[in-house]
Amino acid sequence: MIHNQTIIKERPAPSSAVGPVAWLRTNLFNGPVNTLFTLIGLYILYLLVVPTVQWAFINADWVGSTRDDCSREGACWVFINARFTQFIYGLYPRSEIWRANIVFAGFFTLIAWLAIPRLPFKRWVAVFALVGFPVIAYVLLHGGYFDLPRVSTHRWGGLMLTLLLATVGMVGALPIGIVLALGRRSNMPIVKSFCVVFIEFWRGVPLITVLFMASVMLPLFLPSEMSVDRLVRALIGLTLFQSAYMAEVIRGGLQAIPKGQEEAAAALGMTYWKRMGLIVLPQALKMMIPGIVNTFISLFKDTTLVMIIGLFDLLGIVQAALSDSRWLGFSLEGYVFAAFMFWVFCFSMSRYSQYLERKLHTGHKR
Amino acid sequence: MSVRPNTRPAGHKPPFWRDRAKRALIFQLLLVAAVAAFLLYIVGNVQDNLSARGITTGFGFLSNTAGFGIVQSLIDYSSQSTYGRTFLVGLLNTLLVGGLGVLAATIIGFIVGIARLSPNWLLARLANAYIETFRNIPLLLQIFFWYYAVLRTLPSARDSLAFGEVIFLNVRGLYLPEPLFESGFGLIPATFILAIIASIALVIWNKRRHEATGKRLPAYWISFALIFGLPLLVLVATGVPITWDIPELRGFNFRGGITIIPEFLALWLALSIYTASFIAEIVRSGIQAISHGQTEAAQALSLPRNLVLRLVVIPQALRVIIPPLTSQYLNLIKNSSLATAIGYPDLVSVFAGTTLNQTGQAIEVIAMTMAVYLTISLLVSMFMNWFNARVALVER
Repeated sequence: MIHNQTIIKERPAPSSAVGPVAWLRTNLFNGPVNTLFTLIGLYILYLLVVPTVQWAFINADWVGSTRDDCSREGACWVFINARFTQFIYGLYPRSEIWRANIVFAGFFTLIAWLAIPRLPFKRWVAVFALVGFPVIAYVLLHGGYFDLPRVSTHRWGGLMLTLLLATVGMVGALPIGIVLALGRRSNMPIVKSFCVVFIEFWRGVPLITVLFMASVMLPLFLPSEMSVDRLVRALIGLTLFQSAYMAEVIRGGLQAIPKGQEEAAAALGMTYWKRMGLIVLPQALKMMIPGIVNTFISLFKDTTLVMIIGLFDLLGIVQAALSDSRWLGFSLEGYVFAAFMFWVFCFSMSRYSQYLERKLHTGHKR
Repeated sequence: MSVRPNTRPAGHKPPFWRDRAKRALIFQLLLVAAVAAFLLYIVGNVQDNLSARGITTGFGFLSNTAGFGIVQSLIDYSSQSTYGRTFLVGLLNTLLVGGLGVLAATIIGFIVGIARLSPNWLLARLANAYIETFRNIPLLLQIFFWYYAVLRTLPSARDSLAFGEVIFLNVRGLYLPEPLFESGFGLIPATFILAIIASIALVIWNKRRHEATGKRLPAYWISFALIFGLPLLVLVATGVPITWDIPELRGFNFRGGITIIPEFLALWLALSIYTASFIAEIVRSGIQAISHGQTEAAQALSLPRNLVLRLVVIPQALRVIIPPLTSQYLNLIKNSSLATAIGYPDLVSVFAGTTLNQTGQAIEVIAMTMAVYLTISLLVSMFMNWFNARVALVER
């Protein structure tokens, strides 16, 4: 029995175990080697951050309209400001930009709707995004219907073209990829070998040769009276290239579904397409989403290569603006801007895919 | 419930569309027919188009004179050489930047990947920032950045940046001293090879002895000393038979030494830095994939920390790391084709670019270019399969 004994009061943990000092000790200055690393790291940080901040913010020029407004030694963001419309829409006519804006707004709304888990009617929105929206977007962007003036594809460019190439390439590649992946797992030897050859061929060659092939060889493959738009040629090349990578992602997802699922469906008397469409693919697609997002990120970065065959995507238009004689010598600003735009898109997509991976990390892990 | 009687008379076969094997056969025959028809259609169109444009097919053009110069070639090349020679020069340049890129990307990638796992918070953050920055910016943009924004803005030859008066960097490229080997130098590579053979023998003998008696020598340190110390000793003993050809400013440009063109530098830097960010992630996840129980079990056997890493963690991590690592190497080699955007004379640039434009032999040129990359890919995936089979876990 404890009667008169006073219980020693709780005391806060010593500062060597909690608090900022302890944190510094365990994470930064734990032992001589780590201290050395920390000091080197701080020095590198100092070397990188101080000049960057000075160049990009403190000594930068922000307002103006010509290069004469850039008098300080830092970055000349005036250049970006003056060319901003071009960087986003390419050479799209100024008076018609509202059409592109509607497409942009619709595109981002749909993406957000599909990406945010809480919003309802996912299935109908997805169907609209895949079927209805492309038609609306084409009518709006290309024109020629409903009294909208025609804007030919060689005037499309900038971020708009980058997004268009990546999205169309992706959406086109998905069904081809599914067919190829199913074919690669098929028991029919001829189907299987066709699919293997097709996939390995596209995966084995660099995208640039595919684009060269699409722009140089495709006109040879078609009857001479048929001419294909340069943008469409690039899209065909991108889609075929992407479909092979997509097929491998889908194959990975299919392999993760236990064979018992398919066997159980077969035992219920389902046909091959019912087994795949109702049992295997819905389960597999869920697990494939992170992989699909990752291939989308690499496709998004790869769209920059279309500038080599003469299309003006975001990087292409920045590169073209840099050779403008009125704005020579601002390549650093141009590249930093383009890099920032790409980085924002890719980084947010990769974060989203990591989030999905964590969210889907249940179920099949037994 | 009534059970349907089996009405099928004995000996009656189901119709052929209910027979899975026959259905598969018919489907596959249809597929072959469709693909063949498609190919025939294309071949027909190609023949029509080519005859309309007056282009003759075939590889005869490879022995024609190219008539253009190439800024960097590892073998003798002049504008009088043939297109076949152009192909070789381009291939070698691709392999050069690919090989050096793989080397640099591996070194940077492993350092950053291990730093990412460091207990040092700052170091891990810096490594993470490196990975997230360079992974999410298109490679072509990075190549342009290094080429146009960094290397093209360097001073001219007269105001070159000098490093110790032997290495010079200017807008025309990087100038390094070139070693010239005098007679008697042949001994040094010979000693080097001998030392390698001796070290291998030593390691094998040491391993046998260790297994038989439990005693071991620090064989790795001894072989390290053998391989690097012995040639150095011979070098000093023979009186250092090397002279250096140091680049020198004559007129408007540097003469002598080795010149590394800025196109190569930009491509090499961008490829290495970009690929290294992916390799770092692979290394990190490979090391993290080894369950902590492995490390703890090894520590329970009172293995010292360096042996825990060398004998337990790294061999298992390599099994996870090597397959994605080789596919990154493959990506690097394929990505080196972006050289064409800045004019580094790689295969795509000089062959699928200049040669194609001059000869118009689109099909042959693109096919040869693709065949090169496909061959490299196939060789690497064959190696991968062999490696996977060798190291695969034997379970159950």
